[in-house]
Amino acid sequence: MDSLTNTIHAVPLNHYILLSTIIFSIGVIGVLIRRNAIVIFMSVELMLNAVNLLLAAFSVYRGDASGQVFVFFIMALAAAEVAVGLAIIVMIYRNTNSVDINVLNRLKW
Amino acid sequence: MSTFYFIAFLSIFFSILVISAKNPVHSILYLILTFFTFTIHYILLNAQFLAIVNFIVYMGAILVLFLYTLMLINLNKESEPVKPFMVKFAGVFGGGILIVALVASLKSIGISDPVILKNPDLGLVKNLGKVLFNEFLLPFEVSSVLLLSAMVGAVLLATKDPKAA
Repeated sequence: MDSLTNTIHAVPLNHYILLSTIIFSIGVIGVLIRRNAIVIFMSVELMLNAVNLLLAAFSVYRGDASGQVFVFFIMALAAAEVAVGLAIIVMIYRNTNSVDINVLNRLKW
Repeated sequence: MSTFYFIAFLSIFFSILVISAKNPVHSILYLILTFFTFTIHYILLNAQFLAIVNFIVYMGAILVLFLYTLMLINLNKESEPVKPFMVKFAGVFGGGILIVALVASLKSIGISDPVILKNPDLGLVKNLGKVLFNEFLLPFEVSSVLLLSAMVGAVLLATKDPKAA
């Protein structure tokens, strides 16, 4: 295990922030450019995971276990969110026979 | 050190594939690979508990739920109707602007210290369990209520309305 943890010794914190930024932005782009509701939902999961990774990196950086406990709570939240969200998508599919979000334009102002 | 950069490259590569794959099933499979690279990141940080939880909850439970829903409502179409090019371009441009803004604000901080694991036991189950059940006992119990309400809500939403049917 020592050899494994030695591999991160030289990685600056900025590079973790950079990685999380890029993946978070990819999630944002995914939400903006896709029309399939399920793929949009997956992009949201991508954003949640980028934040999780950053929290874990900060937790190790500061030597504080609270960050990792917080990641655990975010994972519990994500599980609940996915269950409700996919139920909503199933309901939308049952009503409109598609998961295209452009069908739901009545929510537009 | 180079392990981190290789895995980081794989994370970015697979997450780009997630949002660019035409077939939603392929998107989900790429998302599984992305989450696997995240698990490796957690292992590299010696956050063993998070690695296992990420592996079981995300790759095991959540993505199976995604796949199951997608199979359930399978559209029998290879690809969805695509957005017009201008909208796509605007979306990518907006995301690019977000990256530039965040990186620019990061640059102003300057050179950062390397991430060094001072306490090797930090991410182990024993240590995290102590923190979780001492400091965060109340939020932990409340999260069980959250999961229960989410389950009830999902069942309520997904079942057919008996009056309408």
